[in-house]
Amino acid sequence: MITVQHVSKHYGRHTALDDVTFHVKTGEILAFLGPNGAGKTTTMRILTCFMPQSEGTATVAGFDCLDQPMGVKRHLGYLPETPPLYPELTVDEYLTFVGRLKRLTPRRLASRKSHVIDQVGLGSVHHRVIGHLSRGYRQRVGLAQALIHDPPVLILDEPTVGLDPKQIIEMRGLIKSLAGSHTIILSTHILPEAMATCDRVVIIHRGRIVAEDSPDRLSSRLRQSEKMSLTVKQPRHDWLERLRTLPGVLNVLPTAEPNTCTIDCQLEQDLRETLSQFVVSQGYGLLELKPLSLSLEEVFLQLTHQEEDAGIGELNDLDPIGQSSRNEQPPA
Amino acid sequence: MTPFQTILAKELRCFFVSPVFYVVGAVFLFISGLIAHLMTANAGQQAVRFLQIQNTYAQLNLNELVFRSLFYSLDFVLMFLLPILTMRLFAEERKLQTFELLLTSPVGINELISAKYISVLLIYLGLLSLTSLTPILLSLYSSFHWNPILTGYVALALQGGFFLACGLLASATTENQVVAAFLSFGMILLIWLLGGLGSLLGDTTIGTVLAYLSFSEHYDRLVRGLLEAKDIVYYVSGTVLMLFIAHRVVDSHRWS
Repeated sequence: MITVQHVSKHYGRHTALDDVTFHVKTGEILAFLGPNGAGKTTTMRILTCFMPQSEGTATVAGFDCLDQPMGVKRHLGYLPETPPLYPELTVDEYLTFVGRLKRLTPRRLASRKSHVIDQVGLGSVHHRVIGHLSRGYRQRVGLAQALIHDPPVLILDEPTVGLDPKQIIEMRGLIKSLAGSHTIILSTHILPEAMATCDRVVIIHRGRIVAEDSPDRLSSRLRQSEKMSLTVKQPRHDWLERLRTLPGVLNVLPTAEPNTCTIDCQLEQDLRETLSQFVVSQGYGLLELKPLSLSLEEVFLQLTHQEEDAGIGELNDLDPIGQSSRNEQPPA
Repeated sequence: MTPFQTILAKELRCFFVSPVFYVVGAVFLFISGLIAHLMTANAGQQAVRFLQIQNTYAQLNLNELVFRSLFYSLDFVLMFLLPILTMRLFAEERKLQTFELLLTSPVGINELISAKYISVLLIYLGLLSLTSLTPILLSLYSSFHWNPILTGYVALALQGGFFLACGLLASATTENQVVAAFLSFGMILLIWLLGGLGSLLGDTTIGTVLAYLSFSEHYDRLVRGLLEAKDIVYYVSGTVLMLFIAHRVVDSHRWS
């Protein structure tokens, strides 16, 4: 549905995108993960025909972004990072305006509008002026705008930014419900978001794709161990050494906080029960035991560190942490 | 509704909900009414003086005494006021990031620019038509020639249309409305001053060219009642040129 081949974008001497290639199949959700300034928005703007690429080809729904922009624009819904709203219009007026811009017939516009208002949950505010709406509602109006002409392709630039946790969950649910009938690209810099909603993740850094895989495989590839944080009340002096002897524990490191340590456990093993029983039986006084997930910052540190070590190219084939030699389990 | 009509309707609506339009409209109508009143009062005084000296009613030329001065003054008012009407056209879209919505919708830049231009032109012509109250009221009490007044209104419409195109171009270059207003004001003033420079250089080729490029001599002829094709060609081509450059500017945002 979407193909991007060897696309580069230069702003003067600055290279924003460098030979980016990826494909999205019909009905798939692809997450674009990367820090600010990595080139996510630039890629989206190229796909939406807002700006042309310097090199390479991009096609959406069979239309070339450079040669057939009108074909692309008809098949595409786009939610930019800042929802493109007119504060002086009401939600109804705004959606009517966008629907007409997208060349919907009056009858279809009326049915699509009521459908979309229900779909994104704007029923209670559809007659209100957009300028008076809260950030969460504005984001929904932005999404409604992208959906109004029922496009087969949706491009969402950080759809959950600025929403409260409940709204984020609703938004993710909504995006997931659109999969299958729509092909979706969304950008984010939050790893759990990509994990929660997407079939495939493309990690982009400094304009280059540094990894592309399903969320599960990506995180297991990047993770050398499960990490736990353990806090106890009255440890003995050799408690760290004793913890290290437990089966499945790879390493135990003290942290800056007193009576707290980080435990590296073998991948795919939940040692919480073993650990808690051990701590209780030794009379350390268990205060807290929690798994630590690999944060995006760590993923990036690993990937970008790899990039600098490996030089240019072949990053996708690299085993970022050399886990296969240590761990027999295949990536999930 | 085509996208052209959609944008046109939305722009008109935005004018009518914006305080800027009401302020500009009120100031324009108040000033034009005040000038008309002053000119008429002045003509009345001259008539009285004439009566005292010669003891007869003078055949005063209202076209010259009232309307010509009125048209020249209104021209000056437009230079200041029209940039305020046009400043938001594109600058606001870029500030609100709705520019991205417009350019990623199946709408051509031609449609976008023409819809925005026509909307502000309609608003301006609407305001202008309200000033026709002055000649209509005066015609109840006095007689004058209507033809120079009609060409004067043609001049105001063409002149205003040209200023609006300059303003639209200025608005397309920036996302700051104040900058857009000052830029268009500067452009209009510069084109106006070309005429002064031209007359300073006199009958040389450069002088003639500069005088032609300025709108003052074209406006002058129309206000004096001369309806000539070359003046209309000047205004129409100037307006189209400004809109064409605006088209290139809007398009070039995609490349930057």
